Amino acid sequence: MSVWQAVVAVCLGCYALKLAGLSAPRRVLDHPGVQRFSALVPVALLAALIAVQTFAHGQALELDWPRTAGLGAAVLALLLRAPFLLVLAAAAAVTALLRLAGL
Amino acid sequence: METTTRSSAIRDGLGVGLAVGLSGLAFGAAAVTAGLSVAQACVLSLFAFTGASQFALAGVVAGGGSLVAGAAGALLLGVRNSLYGLRLADLLGARGWRRFPVAQGVIDETTAVALAQPDEEAARTGFFVTFVSLYLTWNATTLLGAVGTSRVADPAVFGLDAVGPATFLAILWPRLTAKDPETRTLRAAAAGGVAVALAATPFVPPGVPVLLAAVPVLALVLRRPR
Repeated sequence: MSVWQAVVAVCLGCYALKLAGLSAPRRVLDHPGVQRFSALVPVALLAALIAVQTFAHGQALELDWPRTAGLGAAVLALLLRAPFLLVLAAAAAVTALLRLAGL
Repeated sequence: METTTRSSAIRDGLGVGLAVGLSGLAFGAAAVTAGLSVAQACVLSLFAFTGASQFALAGVVAGGGSLVAGAAGALLLGVRNSLYGLRLADLLGARGWRRFPVAQGVIDETTAVALAQPDEEAARTGFFVTFVSLYLTWNATTLLGAVGTSRVADPAVFGLDAVGPATFLAILWPRLTAKDPETRTLRAAAAGGVAVALAATPFVPPGVPVLLAAVPVLALVLRRPR
């Protein structure tokens, strides 16, 4: 497989996967179990994504202190009801500063 | 009231679109450093348009791994977009031909912004504003990052690797802290997802742990049918 073939395969496949969910038949979408599942599943997946992006490096679990502290800063900003962009800026700034400090 | 929820949906969408779109710099730089051409990096952002899958393919190219396995891993990461589509299908009212352009926007960020809105109208607005602003920024920054690789420093220096998780946290936060009978179930789903994903990380290929987060949700649904 050439790199171009892999690129095209990933592009087509990713689009098909997005389309598949939207195109699920009516009878599947109307099933109460499916509705309940699809209402909860994004929350679980996004929460898992937060954890994996923060604490996983490939297949290894790692505690990257600057990044963890950055996420802590985001939590603090959210508790103080800071606006969205300030939350992101706090996370990036704390992480960058701690890296600069050599942690 | 309606204009307030609508304008807050627009604000959320633009904020996420611009902030997360900046990570396109990191993708463009990573892709070219990995050995992809500028054109290949741009084609991925234009047509695959799902960050995690794109980074995964670049990572395999960089490591000189099997491209078939790399493509499969990237697709595995894309499976969660199918699950988002199940939830968004009715919300977006995308049936017939309209679902072909709309499908390209079904990703983590647009789903998160849409579901954070208080009503369906605002959810649709949030989805499309996030989709358009993120699509434009992501593709522009991919090109910039790919062309300017030698001049772009490691994104980790700027703490950009903390922006992704902070974005999703900020988006989920109101739903997980709301005074609502549903909040406990949502918290259980979130906590279950985190626990399963972290526990699975050492044992399965990247991409699978996040998908396995759907398993505790399945358990919740089967235990408490409604």
